[in-house]
Amino acid sequence: MAAPQISQERAAAYWHKTRSLMWICLAIWIFFSFVIHLFARELNAIEIIGFPLGFYFAAQGSLIAFVVLIFWFASRQNQIDEEFDVHEE
Amino acid sequence: MATTRTGFLDNLGKIYGIYTGGFIGFVIVLAILEQVGVPDVVIGYLFMGLTILVYALIGYLSRTAQLSEYYVAGRVVPAFYNGMATGSDWMSAASFISMAGSLYVLGYDGLAYVLGWTGGYVLVAILLAPYLRKFGQYTVPDFLGARYGGNFARFIGVLVLLAASFTYVVAQVFGVGLIASRFLGLSFEIAVFVGLVGILVCSMLGGMRAVTWTQVAQYIILIIAYLIPVVLLSTKKYGVPIPELMYGQALQDIAQREQELGITQAHSAAFVNAKGEFDGAAMLNYFALIFCLMVGTASLPHILMRYFTTPNVKQARQSVGWSLFFIFLLYFTAPSYAAFAKLEVYTNVIGQQIEQLPAWVALWGKQGVDLVGACDAANAAELFKLCTGVVGNGDGILQLAEFKIDRDAIVLATPEIAGLPYVIAGLVAAGGLAAALSTADGLLLAIANALSHDVYYRMIDPKADTKHRLVVARVLLVLVAIAAAALAGTRPSAIVEMVAWAFSIAAAGLFAALVMGIWWKRTTSAGACLGMLAGFGICLFYLIMTRYAPQTFIYWFGSADTIKGLEDLIAKAGEAKAALAAAGAAATAEIKAAAAAADTAVQKYALAKANWWGIKNISSAIFGIPLAFLVTWIVSLVTPAPSKQMQDFIDSVRVPRGSVALAPGQAAVE
Repeated sequence: MAAPQISQERAAAYWHKTRSLMWICLAIWIFFSFVIHLFARELNAIEIIGFPLGFYFAAQGSLIAFVVLIFWFASRQNQIDEEFDVHEE
Repeated sequence: MATTRTGFLDNLGKIYGIYTGGFIGFVIVLAILEQVGVPDVVIGYLFMGLTILVYALIGYLSRTAQLSEYYVAGRVVPAFYNGMATGSDWMSAASFISMAGSLYVLGYDGLAYVLGWTGGYVLVAILLAPYLRKFGQYTVPDFLGARYGGNFARFIGVLVLLAASFTYVVAQVFGVGLIASRFLGLSFEIAVFVGLVGILVCSMLGGMRAVTWTQVAQYIILIIAYLIPVVLLSTKKYGVPIPELMYGQALQDIAQREQELGITQAHSAAFVNAKGEFDGAAMLNYFALIFCLMVGTASLPHILMRYFTTPNVKQARQSVGWSLFFIFLLYFTAPSYAAFAKLEVYTNVIGQQIEQLPAWVALWGKQGVDLVGACDAANAAELFKLCTGVVGNGDGILQLAEFKIDRDAIVLATPEIAGLPYVIAGLVAAGGLAAALSTADGLLLAIANALSHDVYYRMIDPKADTKHRLVVARVLLVLVAIAAAALAGTRPSAIVEMVAWAFSIAAAGLFAALVMGIWWKRTTSAGACLGMLAGFGICLFYLIMTRYAPQTFIYWFGSADTIKGLEDLIAKAGEAKAALAAAGAAATAEIKAAAAAADTAVQKYALAKANWWGIKNISSAIFGIPLAFLVTWIVSLVTPAPSKQMQDFIDSVRVPRGSVALAPGQAAVE
């Protein structure tokens, strides 16, 4: 049983940090899922390599942000795991 | 067996590398065969036959007699490969064939699907996958059972799972039938049966293990098949083989043609109605749909269960990233299909002489194919199915209003639009088949496992031994598959429409219970169960009422004006009917048509007005998700807090290291 190795305080501190990361990621997710597309009409006035910018974000920009976000989250969470020594052996 | 399996896992890169090379070689051989005069239908058969044979072979080699292999692929699937498998599990026949078509029709507003079907993986990664992996049993209802004190919560989970997944799997079998009948010339009923066999050979002997390794193989085929036609088209038209970049130019050209043709609803314009004006309801529905599809993604059991198969928590997290990466490859390409096809239609089809239309219009407009309709002739409605309701002016030139195109035609016709040989069309068919089969397998397994593991083993016969359980699992798998195929064989248009509902149903029913179970220790069993029932209930109520009883819905919830509008129309329909009855046998065609039109007007009005705040029923989870959270929260606060043991269980699920401390009365798997 590995449970006794992790003290209550350490588990609480670990969870606190994990939860902060979750909220940060959730905020970024909300931005790229909803907030930026609220301005699609305004952004469409700007053009980049032929794409109206609002269209571009819905078709590609947000998607790229999602992929990068998940890989960043995975590595960041992994660092937290190791920092608190709760990662898998 | 142990040594060969280790060998297999160590050499995954090599094995799938050779497989990919082999598949490309196979396509080249078929291309050569086509050049020397082998008929198209033979090439179609070779494509379908050989790919299904390969899937069957993988399925056979992955056969197993162990429960953990059958249910969670032995938990040895590396993050990268689980990502590929999830990709093909996720992308259905609809993603592969119809989505580009929806983007063609809807323009910017269709991008809600592109966003909704990708962004949900962020929620999977940060809120659910690592914790479900740590929990480490076999199914999503397993988690509900362990967290919320037993079989009642488990049972609700199974109910939601069945409601969300069964219509979905029927639609996949339907998709297989459609592809096989279109490219092999089989009758639809036989094609569905072929699809059934194709699905079962992948999954029956090896369960999750076999499905995983065939899904990886299917992903490789579907992504090659999706990318090649549009890459070649982009190279041909713009000289650069990156369609995702080059369609920016196509968008500009489309905008220019739109002005020349007088089209007010521009392709790239956000939230506009047919007149090109800002449409608030369109904007509201756009965001509601994105939200429901994203939360639905994070609630669908056939997706969540894929993250039970990685070796550890760390890889489960990475695996979500890989999943989205592989899905992204297809979804960020789809809008380029739509743009290229639209430009082709606006430049080479609309405004052209009928005799000078490009060849693909005739090819996909043939009777029996019916995906494109050039409706210039006055009697076009009799000649082409798609022209129903269009009256051509017969001037020999195709006007915008005289051109009809089915959503499915966009991807299917691209090889011909690009002037590519038939072998590419065959490749697209093989890709569509791979997409439909892989999704069907994942869904089928999710349904059959819920029945065999959660209902039979957990609830009916907890003492059953391994052998017995595997027999039950396989029998149920076959039965569910046959039921799905039987239903698909009746061509149920209602089912296909209901697929889009799966996301809302899963989101409203499961998301709150799963997320709160992990992130809020205070969540009680009563709170979660009532939350699930409330979310699921309101979602089903809205779906069914607005679709099948819209008039009642208006009487219950509509404003006085809306009800008055409905009553006026009903009164008119009554008059028209009375006139019809009075005329009796002497009723003229005009009187009959008037009665029918009045009836349709009532139906149309009711369907359009039966809603809350203009929300379309595809986004019904917009009501269900908040309600589920609210009910779970309030009921949890007024019921006694979970026991110390339950809190220990939650603590153990939150930390990657160590074992899972199940609460008393909760059994581990095996």
